[in-house]
Amino acid sequence: MSTPADVIRLPSPAPRFTALRTFRIGDFPVIPVLILGVITFAAIFANLLAPHNPEVGSLAARFKPPFWLAGGSTEYLLGTDQLGRDVLSRLIFGARVSMVVGFTAVMVAGVIGTVLGIMAGYIGGWVDQVIMRLTDTWLALPALTFAIFLAAIVGPSMWNIVIILGAVYWTRYARVIRGEVLSLKEREFVRLAIVAGCSKPTIMLRHILPNVINSAIVLATLMLGVVIVTEASLSFLGVGVPPPEPAWGLMLSDGKQGLMVGYWWLTVFPGGCIVLMVLSANLIGDWLRVKLDPQLRQL
Amino acid sequence: MTGAPLLELDKLSTHYVSAQGSRVVRAVDEVTLSIHAGETLGIVGESGSGKSTLALTILRVLPPAARIVSGRMMFEGEDLVTKSDEEMRHVRGKRIAMILQDPMASLNPLFTIGDQVSEPIRVHEGESRAKAWTRARELLKAVRIPSPETRLTQYPHEMSGGMRQRIVGAIGIACEPRLLIADEPTTSLDLTIQAQYLKLLGDLQKAHGLALIFITHNLGIVAKMCDQLAVMYAGRVVESGPVSQIFNRPAHPYTRALLNSIPVMGDPDKRLTAIDGQPPDMSTMPPGCSFAPRCTSVMPRCREAEPPPFVVGEGRISRCWLAEPATGGAELRVAGGVA
Amino acid sequence: MAVIEATGLSKHFSSRRMFGGHHGVVRAVDDISFTIERGQTLGIVGESGCGKTTTAKLVLGLEQPTGGIMRFEGQDLNDLDKAGRRVYRKSVQAVFQDPYASLNPRMRISSIIAEPLITNEDLPAVTVRKRVLEMLDLVGLPARAADLFPHEFSGGQRQRIAIARALALSPKLIVLDEPVSALDVSIRAQILNLLRDLQTRLGVSYLFIAHDLAAVGHMSHTIAVMYLGKIVETGEARELALNPKHPYTEALFSAALPSHPDERREEIILPGEVPSPINPPSGCRFHPRCPQAMARCAVDVPTLRDIGGRIVSCHLYDEAAAQATRAAMPFEAVARAG
Repeated sequence: MSTPADVIRLPSPAPRFTALRTFRIGDFPVIPVLILGVITFAAIFANLLAPHNPEVGSLAARFKPPFWLAGGSTEYLLGTDQLGRDVLSRLIFGARVSMVVGFTAVMVAGVIGTVLGIMAGYIGGWVDQVIMRLTDTWLALPALTFAIFLAAIVGPSMWNIVIILGAVYWTRYARVIRGEVLSLKEREFVRLAIVAGCSKPTIMLRHILPNVINSAIVLATLMLGVVIVTEASLSFLGVGVPPPEPAWGLMLSDGKQGLMVGYWWLTVFPGGCIVLMVLSANLIGDWLRVKLDPQLRQL
Repeated sequence: MTGAPLLELDKLSTHYVSAQGSRVVRAVDEVTLSIHAGETLGIVGESGSGKSTLALTILRVLPPAARIVSGRMMFEGEDLVTKSDEEMRHVRGKRIAMILQDPMASLNPLFTIGDQVSEPIRVHEGESRAKAWTRARELLKAVRIPSPETRLTQYPHEMSGGMRQRIVGAIGIACEPRLLIADEPTTSLDLTIQAQYLKLLGDLQKAHGLALIFITHNLGIVAKMCDQLAVMYAGRVVESGPVSQIFNRPAHPYTRALLNSIPVMGDPDKRLTAIDGQPPDMSTMPPGCSFAPRCTSVMPRCREAEPPPFVVGEGRISRCWLAEPATGGAELRVAGGVA
Repeated sequence: MAVIEATGLSKHFSSRRMFGGHHGVVRAVDDISFTIERGQTLGIVGESGCGKTTTAKLVLGLEQPTGGIMRFEGQDLNDLDKAGRRVYRKSVQAVFQDPYASLNPRMRISSIIAEPLITNEDLPAVTVRKRVLEMLDLVGLPARAADLFPHEFSGGQRQRIAIARALALSPKLIVLDEPVSALDVSIRAQILNLLRDLQTRLGVSYLFIAHDLAAVGHMSHTIAVMYLGKIVETGEARELALNPKHPYTEALFSAALPSHPDERREEIILPGEVPSPINPPSGCRFHPRCPQAMARCAVDVPTLRDIGGRIVSCHLYDEAAAQATRAAMPFEAVARAG
């Protein structure tokens, strides 16, 4: 066909995961990934790593300081709390709570927000109006107060917290994703899909969703920090994960009286863990945004 | 044209160097060209042929990664390559001006037309605001904008695309430059507006004795507007000379192929001669002639050695081994005629 | 038989200013008629805002007309049932200008080409794959291309992929909206030749829209010239290019860039610019810019007139005026073009 001499040179087939090739080592956020890796590792293997049961203490060993201070012992590396529970073990199990709550809440928010964002952006009309006005109303409510209110209604439990956080934070996804969809739907491949006879659900699923997934991932990493802090705040205020479950926010709350009398390790360690985790998540999110965004625009 | 040329490029090379210094793109490679006052030179090439980099090189407004690595640019007896940035500032906008492709992006939406047209006059000639505005009004009249007084106080968004492009033209000629470089000046314009604008440029050129350089991918603009033509391929000028001679008897196979690949009005039965393959990747250039992989008259030596510029007529050169005196440029001249 | 026959087709958009008040109607396409014959190409030319893209959208079903009738192989589209509309949709495909935006960056070439097939027909995977490879071969791409992603191709290659996709359902008509204007000059001829070869081989019709008059002239059998939502002249492509009747066609073609420096044409420079379609001029919409405007042009809307196979909408060709000009016109125009 066409001209016989029409020799078209093609590149050799690229590896399946072309996105991976763009991740060069140069500016890779090594330390944040390491920190998040360690916390994830601790969360997964908490049962094997923790030296003591996090929920049971011995009253004989209350308020033991970390091992390097006078009165501390290597049995309780980071000391014990007011019930004689091992702080290190509680931190390790607390990582599990933070990770589970953080990741699932971000996922719940992401799924709700992305689905609504795509529908609002692609279908438009009154669907868009309803979803976006709902989003505006949602955004007008102060997130933390709203979460406390919801928690007070449904009662505290880890899974309730996940659902509450998801319900509070989906709006950010909806806004960003909708904006992206608005520009995507003007692209010619979407118009060609209509010409080819694809139905609206097909177009949203096959042409829109894969093209917004990068943005959703970037947003998720940035949201992870926010969600973890909110979870800690709720626990701190007593409407989060119920005791004796070892959540970091709860540990902070329990340890706050101890701060006045010198039991600093009860607050500094869980506080430090929250800071490190949030910081790492944000740094990774920033890096991902730089890495994925320009590519998205280009494609 | 007799006398010394207004601008003379002598083996000018501009390279882009990647951050690590490992990859060098020879965007402009040993370009030798000249243009006299009152002449129109068309520089034709595909995207990535280096034609826009050449324009930026002449104005010395290259991006940081680009360097002029060798050659001279003699403009009115001075070498622009060796001038300091401060000295170049006095050349740009005053003695050499440029018109860009996108009239919307070339105008600042926050300033009035009067401010923008009078700006180069105030910067380069230190005129007062009032005097510069009077001159600006004359300029709008010169580019045939109706009721220039009211237009001066308006903003770019209040004008149509064609009018904006003419204002960009007015800014270009504000300081009566000797040389005007137009980079794809009409690609975003409609046909009848393009015709208006090209006529305007031609009239301005006659009135001011301007030298005009058209940077374009459109051979039609060259056919209509230019006296001289330089065809660029992969950073090199592969053929240059008077326009009608090149259109009648192209010496380089690329020029010939390009001319044959364009549809001709009123001759729908003619089969277009397509150029096979793709333009080369400038960062990994093959040895020898860069057009060799797509050339229909390729010979073994084309893939080994790069052809130097051969003189194929008065004021004409061709960078092709076929044009080498011994192997018979004459044969090509016969073969290369356009029906 | 005509693949598409449009009669009195209109598309009016109502434009509403913010905070109510002023209602205007944009007559993007206003009462136009055209026919696309089987295996032939209808070219539409005109400047921005003339309605050629809206016309393409109407044919593709991306917009619904606000008036007029469109017939597909003799069948009024309004009378079609669901199955009939499905057949119509399968029969009309498109290739757009930007080869970079036309292909979903997250899909492999095989899925891109197969999509219309999978959506419209219930075929086993093996058959689909076979068809995809056939299409790639048809547009001159190797089978290996099927498993790559769009970003691995150049502009010209991507446009070939877009054409392969458009052909997958063996359509009767392909709408080509500026198919080569985003491509490099040396690549354009490849694609134009490919499109012409495909037409000869498959008997497919094209609706070709482009601002490059030479390219439209080269590809089309019939050309329709549009100005502000109206078709002002329709005729056989070569005839129309060499001997335009309507003053706008004449000005448009005289503004086209020459293909050779020795080509000397009398140039008609039109004054002003295309007016807004919200408030088009009264009478003949072209009259404020027309070099041959008469008093009645500002008042009466010209009707379409068939003069020797050419359909023109201009008062110059009204009975009385026609007799005076008919003798002189062709000679003048031929001399000019030569």
